[in-house]
Amino acid sequence: MSDTQTVLKQTPLHATHLGHKARMVPFGGWDMPVEYSGITDEHLAVRTRAGLFDVSHMGEIEIAGADALAAVQRISSNDAARLAVGQIHYSALTTPQGTFVDDLLVYRMAEDHFLLVVNASNIEKDFAWIRSQVQTFADAPAVNTSSRYALLALQGPVAKDVLQSLTAVPLDDMKYYWFAPGEIAGVRGTISRTGYTGEDGFEVFVPPAQAAHVWQAILRAGAADGVIPAGLGARDTLRLEASMRLFGNDMDETTTVLEAGLGWIVGWKKDDFNGADVLRAQKANGIERTLVGLEMVDRAIARHGYPVIVDGQAVGTVTSGTQTPFLKKAIGMAYVPTALAEPDRQIHVEVRGRLAAARIVPMPFYKRPRS
Amino acid sequence: MYPADLKYTKDHEWIRTSADTADVGITDYAQQQLGDVVFVELPQVGRVLAQGEVFGTIESVKAVSELFSPVAGEIVAVNDALTSAPEQVNSDPHAAWIIRVRPSNPADVDALLDSAAYDAHVG
Repeated sequence: MSDTQTVLKQTPLHATHLGHKARMVPFGGWDMPVEYSGITDEHLAVRTRAGLFDVSHMGEIEIAGADALAAVQRISSNDAARLAVGQIHYSALTTPQGTFVDDLLVYRMAEDHFLLVVNASNIEKDFAWIRSQVQTFADAPAVNTSSRYALLALQGPVAKDVLQSLTAVPLDDMKYYWFAPGEIAGVRGTISRTGYTGEDGFEVFVPPAQAAHVWQAILRAGAADGVIPAGLGARDTLRLEASMRLFGNDMDETTTVLEAGLGWIVGWKKDDFNGADVLRAQKANGIERTLVGLEMVDRAIARHGYPVIVDGQAVGTVTSGTQTPFLKKAIGMAYVPTALAEPDRQIHVEVRGRLAAARIVPMPFYKRPRS
Repeated sequence: MYPADLKYTKDHEWIRTSADTADVGITDYAQQQLGDVVFVELPQVGRVLAQGEVFGTIESVKAVSELFSPVAGEIVAVNDALTSAPEQVNSDPHAAWIIRVRPSNPADVDALLDSAAYDAHVG
């Protein structure tokens, strides 16, 4: 059956992207816009004004019932008991080895109802894993609700004012990583103060049938402020500048939460969870490798998969790397032995057979100015 | 839309001959496919290239692409301006030459695609 063609999935905004003359690429099984006006232009718009992203390919999995909290506590590394209703946190869906099935956002919709936002390419895998885990609980059914939501992300310094012109939800009162239900451009949905760009911004869940209406309303409302559509290319360069990890690049089923430098998403004080024993042992005894930030010294760009060389030895691998449009530097992330993971250490990256000098730098590379 | 005074390869390089040298760059189609160019790795002047040999790489934000010489010949100059302003490849692709070669066999050029044939190739 080698001639079977994979049919790419389309978000509810697919026709809208074609109307914008976006360049479309396959991503995680979806036909997605990689760029509209250009990655650099879109990246700078998000840093200085705002960009509007279609992230409807992201998955939603909901767990509700009397045992929902216990189930989420079992599958997710962060401590969901500390979430108030209306609050969100970043977490890892862990294997029993303390590695990543996926990374995700956990929304506490009600005391006994959680919504998990997972990576597009992992929806089926995550849902199968979560179902196998929650069935040991009497009342914690999991439902894949991905097709019920379109998800739009408006990111950048003017995002709040633009979105506020379309909703009665008081956005000034919404703290980072909180959400609220409400109407956006007359459409009932949910607004959260979250994003994947390092800027202030919001993500808006709306019914798929109304997604194009909300998209156009946001672009119209933001036109005077220079809000433009932004694609997956800029999303990737923005998240890398902000040192946000990308599943599949920077961590996966073979890397633990601690190795990925994400100890802050582990609820150390909560009861047992998948991988807790491995992570507790690593916390006590240390880890052999760790994810670091790097900046190229020589003129070259480190890319995913390039070897890291120290003293002539391959000691690690670049997980993400690019020339960033805002900082105008070649930056990246790489796993290196923990003993070498110190700021300013000189390393080399093997770039197509040649050694290019780089140095280890603290993350994040970019931190937005606080107003 | 592709200038008639250039010849083209199926790998999306162009070549413009004048007297005994020729400038080589990448086509408008190639720069559109790459997106924002951020890095051009230039070869050493004096290097002798075979036809189709890789002479450098060009990188956009997202992608790395190799550059292939349309003809055999010696590199007599490289466009150093692209080191500080690689975006010229996007803004004016058919003017932003990358290398200047002295073709060892001028007939190589004649065998390349003309603008109509290249237009059909990318169309």
